[in-house]
Amino acid sequence: MSTLINDLALCIERGKVNKQSPYPPDLKDQDGADELAKAAIDSGMDPDNVLQACMQGMDRIGEKFSQNKAFVPELLMSAKAMTAVMEHLKPFFKSGQVKRKGLFVVGTIAGDLHDIGKNLVAMVAEGSGYQVIDLGTDVTADKYLAAIDAHPGCIIGMSALLTTTMVNMESAVKAIKDKHPATKIIIGGAPVTQEFAEKIGADGYSADPKGAVDLLDKIAA
Amino acid sequence: MKVDLLTKIRNAIKNGQVLVSDGAWGTFLHAKGLKPGECPELWNVEHADKVLDIARDYIAAGADMIETNSFGGSRFKLEHYGLAERAYELNKAAAAISRRAAGSDHFVLGSIGPTGKILMMGDVTKAELYNAFKEQAEALAEGGADAIVVETMTAIDEAVQAIKAAKENTNLEVICTFTFDQTVDGDYKTMMGVSPEEMATAIIEAGADIIGSNCGNGMKRMVDIVRTIRRAAPDTPILVHANAGAPIIRDGATVFPETPEEMFQLVPALMDAGANIIGGCCGTGPEHIMAIQRAVNTKL
Repeated sequence: MSTLINDLALCIERGKVNKQSPYPPDLKDQDGADELAKAAIDSGMDPDNVLQACMQGMDRIGEKFSQNKAFVPELLMSAKAMTAVMEHLKPFFKSGQVKRKGLFVVGTIAGDLHDIGKNLVAMVAEGSGYQVIDLGTDVTADKYLAAIDAHPGCIIGMSALLTTTMVNMESAVKAIKDKHPATKIIIGGAPVTQEFAEKIGADGYSADPKGAVDLLDKIAA
Repeated sequence: MKVDLLTKIRNAIKNGQVLVSDGAWGTFLHAKGLKPGECPELWNVEHADKVLDIARDYIAAGADMIETNSFGGSRFKLEHYGLAERAYELNKAAAAISRRAAGSDHFVLGSIGPTGKILMMGDVTKAELYNAFKEQAEALAEGGADAIVVETMTAIDEAVQAIKAAKENTNLEVICTFTFDQTVDGDYKTMMGVSPEEMATAIIEAGADIIGSNCGNGMKRMVDIVRTIRRAAPDTPILVHANAGAPIIRDGATVFPETPEEMFQLVPALMDAGANIIGGCCGTGPEHIMAIQRAVNTKL
């Protein structure tokens, strides 16, 4: 790995979006993810390596987040830096030169309008090499089913913040499994537990975005 | 004339007393038939009688003060239900209901919760947040609230806008409480990474008269949190609205496991840590408030 790639991974981990970005203060006036990704691709580097750098940086910030060494603001800045890199990779995804690990369809469960947690998982999954389709909040079983029809082979993610809405996951999981027994579903959110996931027949639970990506990697492998 | 909340609490502190606040509204509304996906604040006009029942239950349980059914009453939250333009009406109605139950001898705390927008991501501007909180605070004041409680906050920048909007546009006292989680190292931070000490410094500077913590994972952890806040803010009254533990699923239903009796046992420790007003959050009901009331009196 070149210095460029290492620097790029660091920009993702630290949330350094571009040169103008004042955050984080100790990287002020240095090139950010945007400039480094462009430089890497302009220099003829394999775009796959650029994605790898992104994944490394995401993995490190995700790990810090699980360990409570980083919090939502830091993760959001990393996601912002990751998005800047993805802009440069778009043409290669389109042409098929760079392949993603899989397709992840996420949404907040029916009745629930909270989206911060779901968005964090979506961003970290994207930065970890997955194509992500975000169905938004208040997602009914029918909407998940339509997404599976449109994207065969996708992995489903469901989120809930409220104890009153997490119970809606049970009927949604059942509706999906009845029609598409092979479709894998992972769930998460503040009140959700491993025990609940097992009880409702979901294929996995994670307490944080990094854990969700670990589950995706296991399923997609 | 009734003394204001801050005078009342200062007198209570002088006499070694603790005031009692109310319990949950959200989980109580669901118990009364509010469906997931339904707007709780709309009940202030469509099922005002049921909301009034909750307010009255808490007064009957012995609370010195009750909140209003306006936690998600900012236009940003109401927007999800297509009700943004009714923000003023729904908040005013919320305060009027609690005022009716509280009469002239109990206090009404107008509840303001987070908007769900993150300032640092550029979701909204500070001015937009400020104006939404101003609208909510003014409506709650007009409906008859005695104080504003800005609660379940996790980000300092958002809380500061809410405190300023309430202070600068109403003559009500302002309470602000944050929600903390325990980190793997055993200390406490909000999901935005704010410690109890950082919160105390920042929100007192912004103008909060009473500070504290709400929601979270039960009364036991509140004891640690209050102790930390008390060290950082030796002279500011502290309010606690604790969950009845962390929710668990039992036979398909969500249960908050902490019983009124368990809360009763923890009240003395919470008082020793420095809490001046104690009430409940998610999963607590009138029985919990009765238990807290009993504990507060027993300790004296």
